[in-house]
Amino acid sequence: MGKKKINHLRTAVQLCTAALTNGYAAGFIQGKIYKGPTKQVCVPGLNCYSCPGALGACPIGSFQAVVTSRDRSFSFYVVGFLLIFGGLLGRFVCGWLCPFGLVQDLVHKIPFPKKWKKLPGDKYLRWLKYLILVGFVILLPLTVLDVVGQGQPWFCKYICPSGTLFGGLPLVSANPALQSALSWLFAWKVGLLVFLLLLSVVVYRPFCRYLCPLGAVYGLFNPVALYRYSIDPAKCTGCTACQKACPLDIPVHKTPNSPECIRCGRCKAACPHGAICTGAAPKKPE
Amino acid sequence: MRFLRQNRAGLALIGLGLVFLVLGAGRGEIELVYRKAVNICMECIGLG
Repeated sequence: MGKKKINHLRTAVQLCTAALTNGYAAGFIQGKIYKGPTKQVCVPGLNCYSCPGALGACPIGSFQAVVTSRDRSFSFYVVGFLLIFGGLLGRFVCGWLCPFGLVQDLVHKIPFPKKWKKLPGDKYLRWLKYLILVGFVILLPLTVLDVVGQGQPWFCKYICPSGTLFGGLPLVSANPALQSALSWLFAWKVGLLVFLLLLSVVVYRPFCRYLCPLGAVYGLFNPVALYRYSIDPAKCTGCTACQKACPLDIPVHKTPNSPECIRCGRCKAACPHGAICTGAAPKKPE
Repeated sequence: MRFLRQNRAGLALIGLGLVFLVLGAGRGEIELVYRKAVNICMECIGLG
């Protein structure tokens, strides 16, 4: 499949997934959220459950909701979903199924005189997402408690731009009662969202690369997930066409299952020798 | 057989995930997730 074809296919899958997991259209008109039984189930991507259209639950939000409840310090239920999605797909979820990934992809299509392959200090910045996972998703919600012993969803509250874009902005604009509750926190979150969107014009997927705790989790699954990459050593010449085509600048011929890879498939389309194999049972050993 | 051999780790993680789902359901976590997901999360939308 050619580069253009794979890009179009991926955009189509991303749009369908976003529409499918956010299909409660009445919510956008009424400024309310869906309350049906599918909200018990976690969706694979970073999809805020306070989005008016959301039909499922965000795994990162749900994890924090369980661990901040009074008598729980771990969520088997949510981690179960993460193990299943991760074990099946790894970061394919980020590349093909995440609605905030789609937004960044679309914004990156805006022309800009000089696009950057990565930010200065990329090697160190990519560790931020692991710090955010451990700090803002696990430790702070578990350890910083209010007077009644209740923690807070730190990642959702202070960082998550997906919640601001898909939940905050549509709800606040359609619900006058919420408009009266705006504070510095909303301004901070909108500012962070705008910053990340502007950065997305210049750099490919800055939130996924540097900040997303869900991407950090799924990245760990990349080497063992059923959907993974392998290199056929008999065909690979080390020409680096894969790295040149990769929007995340990953040397795919050396690290086909890098935790940074979101499985966009551009490397496979660009390889002149057909050396990149994908799927559950690669023909050649890695 | 080759499929099972080449995907041992991934399949084990998926199996563990299924076990965790059942364990979590038994501990009442589905209810916790549902209750959070059907009420507007003020923190998530930047108001809380």
